[in-house]
Amino acid sequence: MLHKERRERFLNNKMAVIGGVIILVIVLMAVFAPLYCQDPLDVAPKIRFQAPGRQHWFGTDKYGRDLFARVIYGARVSMLTGFTVVVAAVLIGMTLGLLAGYYRKLDAVIMRICDSLKAIPSVLLAIALMAFLRAGIRNVILTLIIVNIPDIARITRSQTLVVKDQLYIEAMKAVGASPARVILHHILPNVISAVIVQVSFVFASTIITEAALSFLGQGVPAPSPSWGNILYEGKEVMHKAWWMIVFPGGFTALSVFGLNLLGDGIRDVLDPKAK
Amino acid sequence: MEERKVVIQAEHIKKYFPMKGVLGKTSEAVHAVDDVSLTVYEGETVGLVGETGCGKSTLGRTILRLTDPTEGTIRLQGEDITHYSEHRLRKIRQRMQIVFQDPYSSLNPRMTIGHALEEVLVIQKFKGNRREKAEDVLRQVGLSEAVYHRYPHEFSGGQRQRVGIARALIQDPVFLVCDEPVSALDVSVQAQIVNLLKKIQRERNLANVFISHDINVVRYISDRIVVMYLGHVMEEADKEELMQNPLHPYTKSLLSAVPNMDPRDRRKTIPLQGEIPSPIHPPAGCVFHTRCPYATEQCRTERPELRDCGKGHRVRCHFEKIG
Repeated sequence: MLHKERRERFLNNKMAVIGGVIILVIVLMAVFAPLYCQDPLDVAPKIRFQAPGRQHWFGTDKYGRDLFARVIYGARVSMLTGFTVVVAAVLIGMTLGLLAGYYRKLDAVIMRICDSLKAIPSVLLAIALMAFLRAGIRNVILTLIIVNIPDIARITRSQTLVVKDQLYIEAMKAVGASPARVILHHILPNVISAVIVQVSFVFASTIITEAALSFLGQGVPAPSPSWGNILYEGKEVMHKAWWMIVFPGGFTALSVFGLNLLGDGIRDVLDPKAK
Repeated sequence: MEERKVVIQAEHIKKYFPMKGVLGKTSEAVHAVDDVSLTVYEGETVGLVGETGCGKSTLGRTILRLTDPTEGTIRLQGEDITHYSEHRLRKIRQRMQIVFQDPYSSLNPRMTIGHALEEVLVIQKFKGNRREKAEDVLRQVGLSEAVYHRYPHEFSGGQRQRVGIARALIQDPVFLVCDEPVSALDVSVQAQIVNLLKKIQRERNLANVFISHDINVVRYISDRIVVMYLGHVMEEADKEELMQNPLHPYTKSLLSAVPNMDPRDRRKTIPLQGEIPSPIHPPAGCVFHTRCPYATEQCRTERPELRDCGKGHRVRCHFEKIG
C-alpha cells in the first residue's frame, strides 16, 4: 500500500490518533525532563508528604522529594524498559514463532523451551533471574525480555500454523518461492496484526512487572525513581498521601491506555480489508 | 498421425497418506491415488473427472510435486523430476503451474494484484520490465491495468480466479493443472472462466490437466477424459469416444446424471446405490463393485486390469459390454 494512503487512514482513525498523542506527550515529557523538572533526588525532610500545590504540582514523598519530577523521571525508566523489552521480545519471539510454526522439527525444540519458561509464573521467573544477575536497569530489561519471549513466540506460532495452510502459501510454493520468501513476505504480514495486539499487553505487563521487581528490591535500585517503586513506596502511606498512588498509577494507566489505542489503530491500518 | 510432444508423463503414481494414531504412525493409510498413469501431450487438455475424494486433486498435486508420490515416476518434458529436491524443483516450477479451486484463499489478502504478479517474476528472476509483463498478462485474462493497485478482497470470485490464472500464466508455463477452477464460482461466471481457459490453452498450445467433478464442464473443455473412482482410473478415452460409447458402468452413470436439455430425449438415469467406500480400506476386487449394479462374484474377488479397447480407449472392467 502506498505510504500516503496509510498515513491518511491512520489519521482518520480517531482512537489511534488519540493513543498516539498520549504516548508522544509522555515520551516528550520524559525526554525533556531535565529542562523543566526539579531534581528528583533532591531530599527536603522539612516538607515531607506535602499535598499537591503550586510549588510541588504532585506533592512530595516521605523524603520531601518532588513527586512531579519523580513521576516524570520514572516515565523515562518505564518507557525505556517498555520499548526496549517490546522491541527485543517481539523480534526474538516472532523469529522463534515463525520458525517453529513453519518447520515442524524446530517446533518441538523451540516450543518445549517456551513451555518450560511459561511453566514458571513470569514474576517469579523474573525475580529468580534478577537474583542471579544483580539489580539494575539493564538486567531488569534483559530479564523482562526473556520473560516475554514465550508469549510472543506462542502467538506467532499459532498464527503461522493457521496461515501456513492457506492456499496462497501453497500457491507461492507452486510458483517456486523459497522458504525465506514465503515466511517473510507471505506469512509475516499475515501474522503481524495478532502480535501487535499482544504488544500493548506486553508493554503494560512490563511496566507492572518492573514495578513489582522494584518493590522487591530487585528492580531499579532505590533512589532513582520508577513508576513501580514510587507506587510501592506510596502503598504504605496511601491513607495520608493519596497523591503517591494517584499520579504514578494514573500515568501507568494512561500510557497503557494510549498504547492499546495505538496498537489497535496500527492493526487496522495494516489490514487492507478494514476500510 | 503426427508426432506430438509429450509434456507430462506420470507412471504408476501412488499416493498414500499414512494415518496417525494415538501412538504415532500406524500401518493404515488413505489410498488417495492408487497406480495411476497419465500422459499429457502438448496442446492437449485432459479432463480428470470423478466424485469428491476420488483422488483427482491429489493426483494433480502429486504430478506438480506439491506433494511427494509414494511410488511412481513423473517426467516433465522427458526430465525425471520424481526425486528432485525442493531446491531443484524451484527452478523448474516455472514450467508447470496450477490454478486453484478457491480464488478466495489462493491470493494473499495483504498484497495488491500487481505486487503479487510482480513477485512471481522476481522469484523467477525475470529480466525485462516486470510491470509491463504483469499488465500484459492481466489483459490476457481480461482484466484492465486499473486493477494493479487493488487488493484481492475488492474483487468478485470470477475476477479473482482471473488473477489466479494470470499468476499461473505470467511464467509462461508449458504445463498447467486447473484444479476445479470453476467449482467455487457462480454458474454464470463459470462459463466465462472455462472459455478463458480454453482460449488461453489454444493460444499457448499448453498441456493442460483440467480437474472437475462436473462432467459437463470437463466435456466442454477436454480433448481426452479420464474417469477416476477411489484412486483408480476407471475409464480413459478421447472425448467424443467416451461420450458416444462409454464402457464402464461408472462412466455411464455419471453421464446419465447430466441434465438433458431435450425434453423428448428421455434417457434412463442410472442412480448409484450407497456411499463411496472408505479409501483406507478400499474394497477387494474391483473397487467399484460395492456400488455397481452389474457386479458379479468375479468383481468381488478379482481386480480388473485397465484394458485397451483400441483407439486409446481403456477401461477397467471385466466385461466387454455391459448395461
